[in-house]
Amino acid sequence: MMPFQIVVLWSDLLVWLLFAAALGLALLARRSPPLASAWQRVGASRPGMAAATVLLCFALVGLLDSLHYRLRLPAASGPAGAGSKASAQYAVEVLSLLDALATPLRTRNEKTYSAPFATRLLAKETREVAGVGTVRERPRLKYGGAHLGEREAELAADVGFTAFRYAALGFLGWTLLTLALLSYLRQRALALAASAEYSSQMARPVAPEAGAKAQVFTVDRESGQKPALPGAWALLRGETGGAGGAAGGGLAWDAVLAVLLLLALLLPPLFALAADYHVFGTDKVGQDVLYQVLKSIRTGLIIGLVTTLVMLPLAVLLGIAAGYFRGWVDDLIQYLYTVLNSIPGVLLIAAAVLMMQVVIDTHPQWFATAAERADLRLLALCAILGVTSWTGLCRLLRGETLKLRELEYIQAAQAFGVSHARIIGRHILPNLMHIVVIALVMDFSGLVLAEAVLSYVGIGVDPTMTSFGTMINNARLELGREPVVWWSLAAAFATMFVLVLAANLFADAVRDAFDPRMA
Amino acid sequence: MLAYIVRRLLYAIPILIGVNLITFALFFVVNTPDDMARMQLGVKRVTPEAMARWKAERGYDKPLFVNPAASGSGVFSETIFFEKSARMFVGDFGRAEDGRDIAREIGQRMGPSLAIALPTFILGLFVAIAVALTLAFFRASALDFWGVVLCVALMSISGLFYIIGGQYLVAKIWKLVPISGYGEGLDAWRFLILPVAIGVVSGIGSSARWYRSIFLEEVSKDYVRTARAKGLRETVVFSRHILKNALIPILTGVVVVIPLLFMGSLLSESFFGIPGLGSYTIDAINAQDFAVVRAMVFIGSLLYIVGLILTDLSYTLVDPRIRFS
Repeated sequence: MMPFQIVVLWSDLLVWLLFAAALGLALLARRSPPLASAWQRVGASRPGMAAATVLLCFALVGLLDSLHYRLRLPAASGPAGAGSKASAQYAVEVLSLLDALATPLRTRNEKTYSAPFATRLLAKETREVAGVGTVRERPRLKYGGAHLGEREAELAADVGFTAFRYAALGFLGWTLLTLALLSYLRQRALALAASAEYSSQMARPVAPEAGAKAQVFTVDRESGQKPALPGAWALLRGETGGAGGAAGGGLAWDAVLAVLLLLALLLPPLFALAADYHVFGTDKVGQDVLYQVLKSIRTGLIIGLVTTLVMLPLAVLLGIAAGYFRGWVDDLIQYLYTVLNSIPGVLLIAAAVLMMQVVIDTHPQWFATAAERADLRLLALCAILGVTSWTGLCRLLRGETLKLRELEYIQAAQAFGVSHARIIGRHILPNLMHIVVIALVMDFSGLVLAEAVLSYVGIGVDPTMTSFGTMINNARLELGREPVVWWSLAAAFATMFVLVLAANLFADAVRDAFDPRMA
Repeated sequence: MLAYIVRRLLYAIPILIGVNLITFALFFVVNTPDDMARMQLGVKRVTPEAMARWKAERGYDKPLFVNPAASGSGVFSETIFFEKSARMFVGDFGRAEDGRDIAREIGQRMGPSLAIALPTFILGLFVAIAVALTLAFFRASALDFWGVVLCVALMSISGLFYIIGGQYLVAKIWKLVPISGYGEGLDAWRFLILPVAIGVVSGIGSSARWYRSIFLEEVSKDYVRTARAKGLRETVVFSRHILKNALIPILTGVVVVIPLLFMGSLLSESFFGIPGLGSYTIDAINAQDFAVVRAMVFIGSLLYIVGLILTDLSYTLVDPRIRFS
């Protein structure tokens, strides 16, 4: 019998559905030349690829956090326990794979606030010591730096040594990866060079500055030696046109490797130290802040992605219908989005969320666990955000459809008697895809930022669900404490900044690649 | 011109009715007044008498649309829809949970809201245009590149960070201004200077980048080439030709938010304790005061529609090619 029960939350389902859809779209894009060339341009953009690498790391954490299960409780002893084997009892707590990986972070809770890398609590406490009387001191932490024992003074040396060792390990791993990538690209360059007719064009990226050298390579080739290889740098730079770029698939590998180097130097020391210390400190109830940050990532990703899933069908269907059919359909849809648009976004969301809260509070029987309730509330928030934010994209698509339907090829299709559905599906929709893709990536960062504000106002995710917004909301009075507690806020803001910055840079690269006006 | 304005105003009426119906549906149909009463009074210890009293105090004990018990026009007027929604059109918003008249409260709080929103808007616009113009003037240089990078970084920072960080640094550590509060009359500037500065800084990233792209679009136009061919210096080309033409899309684009300035800003008002409409809204949301939230939704939509009409008018004013049709 399995020691756990797999729990599929609705949001998990959507996350994996999105993941599958992304893979499917990637396969589709490979087959369609215009889409492939647009994504090629994204891949050639250095900021775009660097941002994509960072986003993939966030996505990995989010995916790990989207595989949930409930542990089986140990069977009760005695005859009752033996009989209940068929109906095993499972713990109320819903855990994810990320929780399992981060078990030390999740379970090593201190009593209350402690600073990053601290070995003692932040505040002094009164304690009775036998023979001395009452002593006021900052008590030792249960877990943070516990392995040091009495040698608290060696804290800095221990942290520095561990950080250095794991950074070196990370660097080693990065070097191996880089060499592996280089040799793979070299293989591909060789294969390309062998299959293509050898021409001076192939030698050009190697020695653009010296014509004489190119001559030498040609001679080498004719004498039957190995074909000239582009240098490592050219292979990684991903400039289209050159042999190096062709072998690298035109991708900006150098940007990817630079980001990976940074991550390899930072992440292994961070997680190695997190095993012994509270790297980002602990919060009011003594929970590790690093763990909260990791858990917040999934919430942010879901808000940013699932919302677009709600918004997209509405915007695309209504936008195309309004632009294509015009007349009363257009009037009706325009009326609908002017009405929705004219209600200030925050207030509409507030009104809808307040109402949703009433529904949830008056129907407690719908939810088996607290996690399910929080999960459904998160999805409802996504739906509300989606319903309130489709208007902008809808207006763009309507305008573009109005232009497209007057073009000759659409009129030719109409003259042939092609059905409306077919014209929209085959001739209009593909020509709107660039607007849709740009809108999707541009909206993501705004939604992640909006979640923080909404949770602060009290109309965001469930208070029991960890998110950047709830972290900030819980910590908002901590700057007023004495001594000041800054680490919760700093960790939440810094992680959010990295996520949103990466999303913004990636969105810029996508926009530059897909927008026909930019070409 | 007058006929055009009148037609636009008439077009606003069905939109306002739509807004009204949506809010009514959200607040009274999705959840019955019974649900609201149960939540306000606490789900556990609620008696039918307490619920009935709660509803009667707020006038929620009437039927939704049609009251067959009443006589004459009371069939329609003695209903929740008429008393709570339709009366908003004449400026009657009812009372808040604490018994105060909402319309009066709104009138009192508009001043402080405007005192912070208006300077933020004007200064923010001015600074963003200046930054964008500088970046566009030095386009394709290192200054432009790093300026855009800085803009993207600035717009990636959460708005909450600007407020929390700014308040901590300027008010708590440096003690330059009071941490929060509001004063009457001219004394208020000490309380307003920090929220205004934070509002300007937090908005600069996205708007400066947006305006820069508008400037760059103008730079590639034919009239700019003609101006250069005449032998004008680049500074003159920028200040006399490009700036003026680029201001048209920039200014007509921001007209729509001007009426919304009355609504104040949710976050900075609540952080700095300014008694404006933004903090009023947040307090109402936190206290789940449905009457106030409904009133604010209505006023916000009204102001947005005014903004839309002003936008249309401003287009026709600055661009003579657009006719009133």
